[in-house]
Amino acid sequence: MLAYISRRFGMMLVVVFGSSFFAYNLQAYSSNPLSAFGESTALNKDFLVAKMIRDLQLDVPPPLRYFSWLRGIVSGLWGDLNLGLTTTNIPVSEMIAQAIPVTVRLVITSTFLAIILGVSVGMITAMRQYSRFDYVMTFISFLLFSLPIFWVAVLLKEFMAIQFNDFLRDPTIPPHVIVIIALIFGLVIAGFVGGTRANFFSVLGGVSVFAGVVLTYLSASHWFLTPSLGIFGVFFLALTNAALVIQLISGLDNKKGLRAGFGTAIAIAVLYYPIQALMPANSSFLNVIAVFVITIVVGIAIGYFVSPIDRRVYIRIGLFTALISTFPILVDRFLREFAGYMNSDAIAGRPIPTLGQGNDLLTEEQLSNFWISGLDVAVHLVLPTVALTLISFAGYVRFSRGSLLEVLNMDYIRTARAKGLSERTVIVRHGMRNAMLPLTTILVNDFAGLFGGAIITEGVFAWKGMGQVFNDAIRNYDLNLFMGVFMISAFLTVMANFVADLLYGVVDPRIRIRK
Amino acid sequence: MTEKNLEPELTTEKNENEIANRDTIGLNQKQIILRRFVKHKAAMGSLVVLISIIIFVFAASGFQLGKNGDTLSIPGWWPYSITDIDPEGAVAASCNGGVTGCPTLDLAPAFIDGDGIQIGQHPFGTDIIGTDYFALVMRGAQQSIIVMLIVGLLGVGIGTTIGAIAGYFGGMVDAVLMRLTDMFLVTPTIIIGSVIGFRFGSFGVIPLALLLGFFAWMGLARFVRSEFLSLREREFVDAARVAGASNRRIIFKHILPNSIGVIIVSGTLLMSGAILAESALSYLGFGVKPPDVSLGLLISQYQDTFTISPWLFWWPGSLIVSIALCVNFIGDGLRDAFDPRQRRHLSFKDRMKAKELSGKKS
Repeated sequence: MLAYISRRFGMMLVVVFGSSFFAYNLQAYSSNPLSAFGESTALNKDFLVAKMIRDLQLDVPPPLRYFSWLRGIVSGLWGDLNLGLTTTNIPVSEMIAQAIPVTVRLVITSTFLAIILGVSVGMITAMRQYSRFDYVMTFISFLLFSLPIFWVAVLLKEFMAIQFNDFLRDPTIPPHVIVIIALIFGLVIAGFVGGTRANFFSVLGGVSVFAGVVLTYLSASHWFLTPSLGIFGVFFLALTNAALVIQLISGLDNKKGLRAGFGTAIAIAVLYYPIQALMPANSSFLNVIAVFVITIVVGIAIGYFVSPIDRRVYIRIGLFTALISTFPILVDRFLREFAGYMNSDAIAGRPIPTLGQGNDLLTEEQLSNFWISGLDVAVHLVLPTVALTLISFAGYVRFSRGSLLEVLNMDYIRTARAKGLSERTVIVRHGMRNAMLPLTTILVNDFAGLFGGAIITEGVFAWKGMGQVFNDAIRNYDLNLFMGVFMISAFLTVMANFVADLLYGVVDPRIRIRK
Repeated sequence: MTEKNLEPELTTEKNENEIANRDTIGLNQKQIILRRFVKHKAAMGSLVVLISIIIFVFAASGFQLGKNGDTLSIPGWWPYSITDIDPEGAVAASCNGGVTGCPTLDLAPAFIDGDGIQIGQHPFGTDIIGTDYFALVMRGAQQSIIVMLIVGLLGVGIGTTIGAIAGYFGGMVDAVLMRLTDMFLVTPTIIIGSVIGFRFGSFGVIPLALLLGFFAWMGLARFVRSEFLSLREREFVDAARVAGASNRRIIFKHILPNSIGVIIVSGTLLMSGAILAESALSYLGFGVKPPDVSLGLLISQYQDTFTISPWLFWWPGSLIVSIALCVNFIGDGLRDAFDPRQRRHLSFKDRMKAKELSGKKS
C-alpha cells in the first residue's frame, strides 16, 4: 500500500511539473505585461518599465524563469510558500487566499443539490425505464446538458430575480397560475411514484389539489411578505422526510422502522419551540452545530429504544430523519428574519439580487445578527446556485441512470430476486449501492473541476472569487497570478484522481490495489 | 407461481425475443447499426434538424476564407452583411412604443394578428445602430459550427492516434503517452482556452478552432486506449498475429473497426462540448473578437438590453441550444446503435402480439 501510494505520488509530481512548465511557458510567450505601458504617457515610464522588469525578472527567458518560480512552490514544503508577486506587487498567495472561500461558498450548495437531485432522479428513471417519466426526464436532462450557463444566468436574472421582486409588491398568485403550478407539481410527484395508470392519476389528483390549496393559502395570507414554516410546516416536512428515510432504509412495511422514523419526526416538532432558545439573534455557527447535536442525539436515542433487535438499522433511521429534518427548523429561523430584512433600507423591498456576493448597504446591527447576515448570503446565492445546479444536474441524471441500469442487468440482481427478496431490498441494497460505486469517481472529479466551472458563473454574477482572479490574470498578462490559479486547479485535479482511486479500492472489494 | 402459468410466460418471452430479432435477421453488423440508428426517432430527427441548420446557416451568410474575405469569398443569399447598417429600416420596424429594430418575422397567419405571414426587411430585427441581426446571427452560428467541426475532427484524430498507440503497444510507450495525457488533463479546458483565445482570438475563427482542438483530445484518448487494451487481448487479434499480420494491419483492420463505436460516440460528445466551450470563451471575451461575431459574443454584447429588446438575446441562445441538443441526441442514438447488448425496445402492440402467440400455442 505504501509503495503504491508513493509511486502514485511520484507520478503526480511529474504530471504537475510537466503541465505547470507547459502552462507557464504558454502564458509567458503569449503575453507581455510590459504592453500595459505601451500607450502610457507617464513621465517616469522608463523607470516603471525597468522596475517591472526587475520585480518580475522579465529579463530572464521564461523556461529559466519557471525554475525560480518553482523554487517558491517547492519551499512551500517547509511552510515558506512563495507564489510570487502580481504585476501590482501584491503577493499572489494573498489574493488567492481571499478568493478561495468565495468560490467555495458559490459552488458547494449547488454541487450538493445537483448530486442529490440528479442521482435520485437518475435512479428513478432507471427503475422506470422506457416510461413516460423516463422519456420526459431524458429530454429535460439533454436540454439542460446543452444550455450555456451564461445564457441560463441571464434568463434567471430576468425571470427569477426581477419578476419575483416585482411580484413581491403585491404577492397574490392569480388562480390560473396556481392551477398550472399545482398540476406541474402533481405530475412530477406522480411520475416519481409511478405505478399503474389509476395509481398515477390518484397521486396526480391528490398532490395537485394539496399543492393548489397550499398555494391559495400562501397567496391569500400574503405569506411571501412574512414567510415562515411554523411548527406545522416543520412537522409536515419532517414527516415526509421520515417516510422517505424509512422507505430507503427498512421499508414502510416495517413497524419498528415506522416507529423510529415518525417518532423522530414527532420529537422534532416537540423540540421546535424549546430549540428556538438556542438560536438568538447573536448566534454563531456553534449554535447551529448545537442544534444539530441535540436533534441527532434525540434521533439516535429514539432509534436505540425502538427495538433491542437490529438496533443499528433503527438508529440509522432516527439519525438520518433527525439530521435532514433539522434543516427545516433552520430554514424557518432564517425565514422569520425575512420581513425585517426585506423592508430595511438596504433592500428596499427587492430581496433577490442579480449581482454580487453580499449587500454593502447593510447596517452594523444587521450584520451582527447571524440570521440576517446569513439570509443576505443566502439570497445572493439563489441565482448562481440555481444556474449551477441546473447545468450539472443533467450529468448526474445520465450517469446514475446508466449506472443503475447496468447493475440491474447483473446476475446477482437476478439471484436476489430469485431467492425471494422484496423488490425494495433488491433495488436499494443490491442495486443502488453497487450503482453508487462508479459515481464516487465522478463525484470526486467534479469537486476538483468546480474551480474551472465557476469561472463563467462568477463572471456572470460578478462574484470576486477565483474566476475573477483568473480573469484579471489573463487580462493584465499577470503570469504569477495565472500560475497561482493554475496550480490550485491542477493540484485539486490530481489529488481528486488519487483520492478517487484509493476510495474505489475501499468501497469496491473486487478492486485490490497492487501491493 | 405454479407450473401451469409459468409455461406461457416463458413462451411469451421467447416470442418477444423473436419479434425483437426479426429486424436483424440476415443483416451484417453495419446494417444492423445503421438500422438501429435510423429507428432511433430522437436521433434521426436531430440529425435532420442539424443538417438543415448547417445548410441554412452556410447558405445564408456565404463563406469567407481569410480575414477580409479577399482570399475566397462566396456570397450568401441574404442581402445584408454583418457590417451593413440600416438605421431607417430599424426605425421603420419600431414596436412596443418606440423600441427600434423589432423583428419583422411574423409566423402568425393574418386571421390571428392581421399582418399575415411575412419575413420582412429584418426578420430577426436589428440592434440599436441598425445592424441587421439576421446576418449577425447567421454569421455567428456559422463560426460556432466551424469551431465545433474543427475541434471535433482534430480531437478525434489526435485522441484516437494517441489512445491507439498507447493501448496497442502498452508498456513504456503507454506510460509515457498516458502521463502526457494526464498533463494536458489537469489543465481545465477553460483555462487553457482562455490563454489561447485571448492571444489568438483576433486571428479569426479557424486558427482559434485549430488551437482549441489541440487541447480537446484527452478524454477521447483515454477511452480509445482502454478499448484497445481490452481488444488486443482477444482471440481474433492473436489469430491475426499468428497469421503474420503486421502491427499496422492489426491496428487498422482488426482493432480500429471494433472500437469505432467508442470513437464516434465520444467524438459527438466532444463536439457538443466544443460549441458550448467556444461560446463560453467568446462570452468571457477570450474567444472570437469583434468585428467578427460568434453566438457567445452576441449574447455577451446584448445581454444588458434584455428588458428592452429581448430578441437580441433569444436568437443566438436558442441556436446554441438547438445545435448542442441535436448533437447530444445524435450521440445518444449512436451509443444505442453501437451497443451490442441493446435489444429493440418492444412497443406495447408487439408485446401484446407475443402474448397472443404464446396463448395460441398453449
